[in-house]
Amino acid sequence: MHSLLTLSLAILLLPLFSFVLLIFFGKKFYEKSGHVGTAILGIDFLLTFYVAIQKLTDTTNEVFSYSFTWVDFHSTIPLKLDLGIMLDNVGAVMLMVVLLVSFLVHLFSLGYMKGDVRYSKYYAYLGIFTFSMLGIVLTNNFFLMYMFWELVGLSSYLLIGHWYEKKSAADAGKKAFITNRVGDFGFFIGIMILWFNYSSLSFDHIYSSIAHGILPFGSSGWLTAAGIFIFCGAVGKSAQFPLHVWLPDAMEGPTPVSALIHAATMVAAGVYLVVRTFPMLTADALMIIAYIGAVTAFISATIAIAQYDIKKILAYSTISQLGYMVMGLGVGSYSAGFMHLVTHAAFKAGLFLASGSIIHAMHHALHHVNDHHTDAQDIRFMGGLRKKMPITFWTMIVFTLAISGVPLTSGFLSKDAILAGTLAYNHFTGQTLIPLIGFFVAGLTAFYMFRMIFIVFFGEHHDAHRLEHVHESPRTMTIPLITFAAVSFFAFYSFNPFSAGDGWFFQKTAVPESVVPQAVRAASAEAFGEELHHQHYLAMGLSLTMAALGILTAMLFYYWKKFSADKVVAAVPRLFTFLNNKWYFDELYQKTAVNGTIGIAKLLAWFDAKIIDGIVNGAAWLTRLVAVISGKFDHIVVDGIVNFTAYFTGFFGLVFRRIQTGKVQTYIIFALVGAMVLFYVYR
Amino acid sequence: MEIKFLHIGILTWITFLPVLGMIVVLLLPKEQKQAIRWTSLAFTILQVILAVVIFQNFDRTLAGINSKEGMQFVEQYRWIDIKSTSWIGRIAIDYFVGIDGISVPMVLLTALISCIAVISSFSIEKSIKGYFALLLLLDTGMMGVFVALDFFLFYVFWEIMLLPMYFLIGVWGGPRREYAAIKFFIYTLLGSVLMLLAMLALYFSVTIKDGNEVIHTFNMLAMMNPENFVHGSLLEGVGTSWRYVAYIALFIGFAIKVPAFPFHTWLPDAHVEAPTAISVILAGVLLKMGTYGLMRIAFPIFPDAAIHYLYPLAFIGFINIIYGAYCAMAQKDFKKLIAYSSVSHMGIVLLGMAAMNTQGMMGAMFQMFNHGTITAMLFLIVGVIYDRAHTRGLDDFGGLMNKMPKYSGIMMIAFFAALGLPGLSGFISEAFSFLGAFQTFKWLTIASAFGIILTAAYMLWTLQRVFLGTLPEKWNNLTDINGREMAMLVPLAVIVIILGIYPSPVLDLMNSSANALVDFVKNSAGIAMLGQ
Repeated sequence: MHSLLTLSLAILLLPLFSFVLLIFFGKKFYEKSGHVGTAILGIDFLLTFYVAIQKLTDTTNEVFSYSFTWVDFHSTIPLKLDLGIMLDNVGAVMLMVVLLVSFLVHLFSLGYMKGDVRYSKYYAYLGIFTFSMLGIVLTNNFFLMYMFWELVGLSSYLLIGHWYEKKSAADAGKKAFITNRVGDFGFFIGIMILWFNYSSLSFDHIYSSIAHGILPFGSSGWLTAAGIFIFCGAVGKSAQFPLHVWLPDAMEGPTPVSALIHAATMVAAGVYLVVRTFPMLTADALMIIAYIGAVTAFISATIAIAQYDIKKILAYSTISQLGYMVMGLGVGSYSAGFMHLVTHAAFKAGLFLASGSIIHAMHHALHHVNDHHTDAQDIRFMGGLRKKMPITFWTMIVFTLAISGVPLTSGFLSKDAILAGTLAYNHFTGQTLIPLIGFFVAGLTAFYMFRMIFIVFFGEHHDAHRLEHVHESPRTMTIPLITFAAVSFFAFYSFNPFSAGDGWFFQKTAVPESVVPQAVRAASAEAFGEELHHQHYLAMGLSLTMAALGILTAMLFYYWKKFSADKVVAAVPRLFTFLNNKWYFDELYQKTAVNGTIGIAKLLAWFDAKIIDGIVNGAAWLTRLVAVISGKFDHIVVDGIVNFTAYFTGFFGLVFRRIQTGKVQTYIIFALVGAMVLFYVYR
Repeated sequence: MEIKFLHIGILTWITFLPVLGMIVVLLLPKEQKQAIRWTSLAFTILQVILAVVIFQNFDRTLAGINSKEGMQFVEQYRWIDIKSTSWIGRIAIDYFVGIDGISVPMVLLTALISCIAVISSFSIEKSIKGYFALLLLLDTGMMGVFVALDFFLFYVFWEIMLLPMYFLIGVWGGPRREYAAIKFFIYTLLGSVLMLLAMLALYFSVTIKDGNEVIHTFNMLAMMNPENFVHGSLLEGVGTSWRYVAYIALFIGFAIKVPAFPFHTWLPDAHVEAPTAISVILAGVLLKMGTYGLMRIAFPIFPDAAIHYLYPLAFIGFINIIYGAYCAMAQKDFKKLIAYSSVSHMGIVLLGMAAMNTQGMMGAMFQMFNHGTITAMLFLIVGVIYDRAHTRGLDDFGGLMNKMPKYSGIMMIAFFAALGLPGLSGFISEAFSFLGAFQTFKWLTIASAFGIILTAAYMLWTLQRVFLGTLPEKWNNLTDINGREMAMLVPLAVIVIILGIYPSPVLDLMNSSANALVDFVKNSAGIAMLGQ
């Protein structure tokens, strides 16, 4: 095993150690649990920093990999299940992302979760989450991927339901897990197809087999299907349409959890899965992926406009941005899609932590004025927080600029690259809808993000007295914010603020060669890159225009107040209600999937109790009935005959007894009479 | 491999130890409650130790299945020998025991579950002398089923186990115990009768040489060899209709035990009424006898019929998985829910074995073991709460997580293992079963895999109703689990976790036999098909 790989293994296991330590000895540490967890993660982060730098500065771009046989079936045809880990450039970048965010969230939570009822458990769960997430990053095969995939689902379940006394929190955790299971069901079918055809689940083996022309069930259609099935896992985890419904509810979890799991890392795992499976995706599969991403981006962006809960806005914006990444990968902008994952991780985690900082301050203030009814997350009760929370404000501005795709930010680089990709895609396939949605959503994003900024930080506060009690958060909370703001600048990804293509990131994460047969392959990387170059300036111009339009509209409505948002809402009430109610997806699923399942369950339970068991009981009843009848028969008929015989005999006995007088003379007379009769007869 | 003590083989010891225990228990005065309990525990612990010895000395390379040489710890003595009867001829029945990779995980499981059942029974107060005596007798019956290699002996053990079960449910059970006990008894007896008919048909069809004499036999291994069938006998040949009939009779006999749809309705009733320990044994060990019987007897003796009916078998597995899951979802009684989840999980075993390939067969065998540990945990968990609250209504609870943290922690392991979370043992066996089944039945397996969503749904829903939310006031005085309850739950939890990460200790045991079984069935059937 290469030394960097050994270190990666250590990186993987350290958070697990944190989990075990805190789950068993949490009571002992109690107040110190946070420090224990954070310290371990700090060490882990430093290790990762070292590994990532080593890996990314290595010019050979070698992929380190180590596998071992987990289960050997020893059957006549060789059949082994190998598991293992690998480290490549994409993995190294991802390690860095996961640990940076995880460490900062650990740090942030020291302040945010202070005094929580289950403080040590919270940190324990953060540990097992980080472990599982790192597992997804480092695995070199689908089986281990699936295992860690479900484990992050578990940690997500536990953390969403952290305050499980609240029914909504418990519901949200359950919903997240089950919705993800739906996606995983598809993922597992994909795994079954691959295992059937390749008797292996390692990426390398499968891709090289496909490259040698061995297709699943011998057809490229099945290759497309396999890709789509595996992508189902990503649809669940990355909250893509139509399984996006769990993510907004997941905001029931503590806000730092939202930042770590439901914004930066776990939800990005789906995108990461597409990155890992990219070589085996056919043109058809990629197109479906691109459309799923585009539709997701569009739907959730429209919903975000009409929300008032600060975390809900961010949740829908997360879904929308995840849609962007998926769309980017679908159109073939491999590096751009992955880069957006990375840049988004930083600024979205920052946005969530900043919102956490605001909610924390609001809670504090509401508590002070003895207000227990006002929703601390509703932006309509905020306003004017700029002066009171300067660090939160300025960092949030940076994040918002980044997500809106304003130059000099990291978000501009990645978003621009994705949009250029959609234009190039249009060039090759004629799918005009994709770039249209892409640019439109860019505008929407800028609009709803600045809408939030203006409402929260500018204007007048709802209640001046309450504002008195709003304070900036402690340093454990602001340091993470500042760090995330820092890494939202372009310079970390490319020295050219207007093009990601020249930076180290794109060079280190160049698109891998497709292994699918030529006939079903998407546009080649060279041709695509060429076209990308042509579209670069057009894309930049358009995306800047859209961002500017979005921001300008938001300013007109919420800063200068030239127009009234309420009037617009009043003009299109139906549309607003539709968007405010999230396109009624929850209601639809409740009516169909949930009620349907419960209905079938009740029906089958009734069938089981009444029909199946009814037959069993009926058979028993019938047997008893037969027994009773035969008993009666026995009693009346059979016994009756016997009794009748006895009676009959008795009757004759009675009759004949009369004759038997016991007197010899009588017998002699009978005998004589009898003899005479006989003589007469046989004469 | 042979291990003997006092000239008696280890399998005989492990089988009849509980009977010795029973005798001791019966000799104790009935006022000595603690002595009775601890004696029972001592004997079952001894049994576990023997199981560990077997585990250590079991040769992983030997396959068994149809060869006596491949069987381990074999003991074979003439048991019944009636020199001549007027029209049957000589009856010679062997005491023939031995184990291979199919049986050894079951032997381990039986020892483990019996021991845990005894610990769990410490809370029984009603006529405990009779209770523990019956429990130990039941233990012998179960163990005997898994070690017997002679069909007659197998049948005897199968029936021995029935009787104590009937009384344990019928006397120590819940309010509707008599109904449940009779239902269980008669249902199983129905299966036994079918099995008996098939067994007798086999007996009269199979002969072996005994010295110079040719005699009929109940030897299972002899029944697996087509050459031993008498020319012109009922079950001779391959693919003949009487062989199919006999296979179906055997199948129904075993299916009732599994329980396979539509023969499953005795299970929820029996579970609901049975005391906790009996539920644990019922779900942990008894259900496996059905699938074990299919693997040990039905498949290798009738490979032609087995191959012929693979699809129906898989289809029943599919129905069990989906139907069981749906039924579980609609239950309001905690124990009934777990009972139906057993139906669903045993469906995975049927599906995996119907795949008739290595992964499927190993998945099925491993699932039998894992279901034993996981479901035992689930029933123990229900038992713990029932002991305290005297109700099992899912809607009566809420918020136990805060009140009983240790209990809830263990519960989480069991629940997530049951819903197939990776890292816990249930996942591996489910995954292997599905991976294997997919090779044989593509669409049916996809349809069955849908069950993983349903399982997650009803398990999490249950978890939420009982453990999350707020605690109703009436449960304010509930206490967390005590040391005894920890002693029965923690070992199982540890096994579930270890096997979830590193399944090889159990997989290695059954690997050779699983391969041999699959090859044997396929080859025999293959030859059969060629011959036709």
